Amino acid sequence: MMAIIPATWDMYDMFQAVIQAPAYHLIFEALLIIWIFKLMFSKAYAPNKTILTEKEKEELIQEWQPEPLVPDVPDDHPVLQAMNNNIISGRPDKVMVINGKSVVNMASLNFLGLLGDESIEAAAQKALSKYGVGSCGPRGFYGTMDVHLELEERLAKFMNCEEAILYSYGFATIASAIPAYSKRGDVIFVDEGVCFAIQKGLIASRSVIKYFKHNDMDDLERLCIEQQKEDKRVPKKAKVTRRFLVVEGLYAKHGDICPLPKLVEMKWKYKLRIFVEESFSFGVLGDTGRGVTEHYGINIDEIDLMAACLENAIGGAGGFCCGKKYIVDHQRLSGLGYCFSASLPPMLASGAIQSLNIIIDDPGMFGKLRNNCTLIHEKLSKIEGMRVVGDPVAPIKHFSLSEPSDDRDLDNRSLEKITQEAMQRGLALTPARYLEHEEHNLPLPSIRIAVNVKLTEEEIDTCINIVADSCQAVLSKSS
Amino acid sequence: MPTGKKTYWESFEETPLYAAIWTYLGYGLLVLVGHIRDFFRNIGLERQKSCTEPKLPNSNLWVYGSILLSEISALYLYIQMLEYYDLPKCEQDDTNCCYITGFVPLYQSWESFYTRNLYRRIRDCWNRPICSVAGATMDIMARETHDHGWNFNLTDKKIHVMNFGSYNYLGFAENEGPCKDAVEKVTNEYGITACGSRQELGYLDIHKELDELIAQYLGVEAAMTVPMGFATNSMNMPCLVGKGSLIFSDELNHASLVLGSRLTGATIRTYKHNDINDLEKKLRSAVVHGQPRNHRPWKKILIVVEGVYSMEGSIVNLPEVLRLKKKYKAYVYLDEAHSVGAMGPHGRGVVDYFGIDPKEIDIMMGTFTKSFGSSGGYIGGTKKLINHLRCHSHASVYSPTMPPPVAQQIIASMKIIMGLDGTGEGMRRIEQLKENCRYFRRRLHEMGFIIYGNKDSPVVPLLLFMPAKIAAFSRECLKRGLGTVVVGFPATPIIESRARFCLSAAHTREMVDKALDVINEVGDLLKLKYSRMELPQWCEDDKNANHLVQQH
Repeated sequence: MMAIIPATWDMYDMFQAVIQAPAYHLIFEALLIIWIFKLMFSKAYAPNKTILTEKEKEELIQEWQPEPLVPDVPDDHPVLQAMNNNIISGRPDKVMVINGKSVVNMASLNFLGLLGDESIEAAAQKALSKYGVGSCGPRGFYGTMDVHLELEERLAKFMNCEEAILYSYGFATIASAIPAYSKRGDVIFVDEGVCFAIQKGLIASRSVIKYFKHNDMDDLERLCIEQQKEDKRVPKKAKVTRRFLVVEGLYAKHGDICPLPKLVEMKWKYKLRIFVEESFSFGVLGDTGRGVTEHYGINIDEIDLMAACLENAIGGAGGFCCGKKYIVDHQRLSGLGYCFSASLPPMLASGAIQSLNIIIDDPGMFGKLRNNCTLIHEKLSKIEGMRVVGDPVAPIKHFSLSEPSDDRDLDNRSLEKITQEAMQRGLALTPARYLEHEEHNLPLPSIRIAVNVKLTEEEIDTCINIVADSCQAVLSKSS
Repeated sequence: MPTGKKTYWESFEETPLYAAIWTYLGYGLLVLVGHIRDFFRNIGLERQKSCTEPKLPNSNLWVYGSILLSEISALYLYIQMLEYYDLPKCEQDDTNCCYITGFVPLYQSWESFYTRNLYRRIRDCWNRPICSVAGATMDIMARETHDHGWNFNLTDKKIHVMNFGSYNYLGFAENEGPCKDAVEKVTNEYGITACGSRQELGYLDIHKELDELIAQYLGVEAAMTVPMGFATNSMNMPCLVGKGSLIFSDELNHASLVLGSRLTGATIRTYKHNDINDLEKKLRSAVVHGQPRNHRPWKKILIVVEGVYSMEGSIVNLPEVLRLKKKYKAYVYLDEAHSVGAMGPHGRGVVDYFGIDPKEIDIMMGTFTKSFGSSGGYIGGTKKLINHLRCHSHASVYSPTMPPPVAQQIIASMKIIMGLDGTGEGMRRIEQLKENCRYFRRRLHEMGFIIYGNKDSPVVPLLLFMPAKIAAFSRECLKRGLGTVVVGFPATPIIESRARFCLSAAHTREMVDKALDVINEVGDLLKLKYSRMELPQWCEDDKNANHLVQQH
């Protein structure tokens, strides 16, 4: 401290020194001081900073014209036409009524024929008279009914898992589950044939997405090795980068089954956490309908998370995830579609419980369904000018032109015409619809045929004949 | 100026300083204790009760732990506390435990710190299962825990309580009456699902009827429905705007709107909750400056607002938003999840409340979960908009249509609200709800609680502030026969924990009085009467409420 404050005799010395200093030195120092002051008070360097006047701003605001909110959709858009012209009344069971005419239904995803089962309806009605329709709240805020807990328990037990979590909408299930675990910076390996819900989940997760070719394990391995190299380069980052593998059990867009044994092998080899989306395989594949794990005889514990919707085979609404407790429980606070949405209407949960009872009591239906699937597959593949894509045991068949043209719209129109022809002849079919500009990997245009276990062999014969006739009628006209 | 503007009254009373200080202290203490216990768990002195990823125990763990504890525990604790916010990974996990498979851990230990140490203590206040209709009263299934909230077991006991937690605004959560009968009939005719998407032969005549009825109800050209309210936002917003567009989103918008906005790929900017000046400033700057970097003009600008904000009880200042919309040529997306049915003289939402022509709103969105006692959501607007969505919405292409019984519940309840059933039941319910809201709010103000929100909003948040009071309030109310919802961080700012009451037309005046008595008693017990505000003047206008207050 003493050194900072000079004593009086120091001051005297300093004063003497200033007097004795040469003039040029003093001038130089004075200039320096002036320069410092100038720098201190001059304006900051700001190149090209244009300041608009209020009037100019008003003009800009006046001039700006936004694009229209939505583009025009012509009234004769095929989708609108199909929606407005096919008025379905009553339940879309095996036989349904369209425009007052009853037709055989090969469009609804009612594989097990549970839509229209009276015991399910009775169970739903019983719940209706106890709970009403809506649950009026999310699960956290008095939206948890005892039937939700029961359904979760039953699903977990059915799938041999520790825990299951119920969502109120099939699409939201996997789309919420993926971002609950995978965050920014994590890596997800995903089959490029996955459905739209998964694609949305991937975007919401903001992780690094690596698509491998559909069902191509070599391509997956290539990507994994690439990732390993990257990990070796930055080991610190690799230590906190979670890696996921997302596949579908039975691909909705392709109708084929994932090579699960190989995928599980990859999981252990490259330390990936595997999520399997089973919306189309749950209640379909396997001897007792437990899905793709049962189909391949793989222990469900090898799968980290399994997700499925209850809207297809089960004939209800909503979806669920199941797996180990420590994995599934995380979604109860992090699954957006779980936390922030009202719970499934209790009467639909009761219906789903009854559906489970039915498929547990009568596992014979899965064999029957498989027979129907293979039979239809076989017959469809014989139709000229067309081909059927996918696995013979899959309950959805993508039936497309064997020689597609380059013009997607043209093919779409031909397929649309085939469905219209078939409708005339008493068979309801629907083209597979996609958002063509938003799909990651758009499959070829096709007619999506859904197999119902309740179809008899005669009915199948008639249906296939109708399909063949309609194809012939349309294709001969166009060629 | 619309007539509604005159009576627009909202209040967000400032947090008293001492309450804020005590709240921070409370959280500080909880975090400190949490760290100490996490430390004990890591070294094996406390049993890890949460369900975590399986680990291989290290044999040296005990020795290592006890030495560490005896010698440097104090120092370590301090360091760990400091590092908690910086280091994403807890040192202990690295050195002492190896995950059996060599996988990267699925969760970081700090991610679940809050759940493990704070939320777990008061977990019993949420997810209470019920076994009855969520009407004016409900039966809660009692749970018990033997390990301080890690696990719960259901007991046989049922607690019958008044329900002030469910979003049952017009009281249509019923298990009897005309709606239920209609739904029962439809279940017989249609089954419980449609098994197909809107575009793939899942569009039944009942859906068509519903679409048309909603359009008529809202006073718009056309409408379409989605079976889940959350998905109505998250699956339809991406069809409206995209890259090169700009979304202005209120900072308190619901998670579904946030997700939907994010999925669009558009630039998102938030503005202060319901702050028109902030919105205008940002809108102006956006239009003037265009897109960042290249300064191209924005393709479209979409303002996303909610009708009633369910955590604040506030109502969007719609007339002002519409003024800005016109001035800056933006589009408005209005989410009426909590307001449709519950607001306005005819129960048609905030648009009705402010007396605005619904055609002025570009996108009218809402849900059926709340006022209609059903499930799902709708979008209403011009025919052009709806046709576009029918062709291009994710929901129309990729997921099934609404289950027929759910659709029927909406049709039946909507017809009652519109008065198409020939009785005055709909209007009676709307009036009852309005009366309940005003009365309930006025009484709470009088008792001296800090209440947030608009005088007419059916959502009434009551500020609790301190973390321990969240649980105490919920438990004490339950004990006295009142089921409520309590909300804390992270759903609210950290010092603004609150209880939330949702009023219903199903509540009778006696029930509301009974509930108020309970709240009063618990409020005294927990010293919750923080308010220093003068009694709001709007109450004087309401003769009915005045009259009844004098009786007390």
